[in-house]
Amino acid sequence: MISDILGVFARPEFPTLLRQHIVLSVVALLIAIVIALPVALLIRNTRVGAAIAINIGNVGRAVPSLAILALLLPFLGIGFWTALVALAVLAIPPILINASTGLREVDKGIIDAARGMGLSGSQILARIQLPIAAPVIFAGIKTSAVQTVASATLATFIGGGGLGDLIVLGLQRRGPEILLAGAFSVAVLAIITEVGFGFLESAFTPKGLKIAQKRRGK
Amino acid sequence: MSNPALLLLQDVLEEPKLIDWEWLRENFWEDIVPAFQGHIFLSFISVAVALLIALPIGILSARYRKVYPPVTFVTGILYSIPSLALFAILISIPAVGLGPTPVIIALVAYSLLILIRNTVAGLDSVPPETIDAARGMGLTNRQILFRVELPLALPIIVAGVRIATVTIIGIATIGAYISGGGLGALIFDGINRQFPTMIIAGAVLATAMAIIADLLLLGLERYLRPWARARKA
Repeated sequence: MISDILGVFARPEFPTLLRQHIVLSVVALLIAIVIALPVALLIRNTRVGAAIAINIGNVGRAVPSLAILALLLPFLGIGFWTALVALAVLAIPPILINASTGLREVDKGIIDAARGMGLSGSQILARIQLPIAAPVIFAGIKTSAVQTVASATLATFIGGGGLGDLIVLGLQRRGPEILLAGAFSVAVLAIITEVGFGFLESAFTPKGLKIAQKRRGK
Repeated sequence: MSNPALLLLQDVLEEPKLIDWEWLRENFWEDIVPAFQGHIFLSFISVAVALLIALPIGILSARYRKVYPPVTFVTGILYSIPSLALFAILISIPAVGLGPTPVIIALVAYSLLILIRNTVAGLDSVPPETIDAARGMGLTNRQILFRVELPLALPIIVAGVRIATVTIIGIATIGAYISGGGLGALIFDGINRQFPTMIIAGAVLATAMAIIADLLLLGLERYLRPWARARKA
């Protein structure tokens, strides 16, 4: 059985599907970052804007990923691009929520102190708010990344390709080795994403914050 | 016109209405209501079973701190396995097979991390002075747990139930692919028949269910924090 599963990895389709899966996930995540981060920056000083963003984000999180993929189907048709759009839409809420709460939760006292030292609005953003909010923002990107890799498995249902194709093919042809090869490779890809972003997360935490965390005994 | 995307587009163009109200009316009792009920059943059973498992593990993890890291490691790995992959692995086990069973097992597995984490956070949030006071009043450890710690931890535990429920309602739609039933069946049928009405019905109802469950549990969470309400007033 194990050699059968390994045999699937040796087939010529496997690298293609793996590449599709990675391209779908990476591009969707990048699109979501490019949309969500500037929006979070724009609304960082308005209470109404932040409330709207967080509510949109919360509703967005309640929409099942399969629902978004399937709902785009009648409008955009079958294929890679529809899956890409759906995955990008799905990846936005966690980044938007974390970025806007992270930026808003920077201690007002610190910002006042920076203003008192004569820093301009953009200097405060670049040197104070962004570094302090960086770990929270990055945690949102991590959540999105893991979720995107998982949801990219569903792209197969709307003809978007990726490793989900193996799972569906295995089910249809009653080929347990194809099914399990697909399942294991997707699971490993998701766990690698989770662990990899975990390392990046600590790299994105400014030194000063790490010292503070240690002092608090975290 | 061999491109499937073009063929589908043609279908959509020939069928100008995205929502076929007549179909909805005719199939309301036969298709839509059972799918909705099935979805509630799957989600409710899964959250209930997950709570039965997560509460004792959470209480143990809060007591014996050494247990906690391995528990979060294992449940964290379960949580990051994509649902379709977990479904696929479960149905390959002969004793499980197709149907609602693998769906419920997977949904329980997904809830564990969130529920255990919030149980521990809830118990941690109880001030040590409160526990000291309870001990001073002569309460036993068991009494302290059930009468002091758990009630005070309840809002945070319910917050975990809220996140888990919304997640589960979403993932349960995918369970229809392995014959688990529920609203996902409408979505998959709609995709296979290229019939947008079914897709929209399934997607909108699943989203509505998630939002309603979220709001109801948010209300419960607030109701369970009488001290926060008192402070605000």
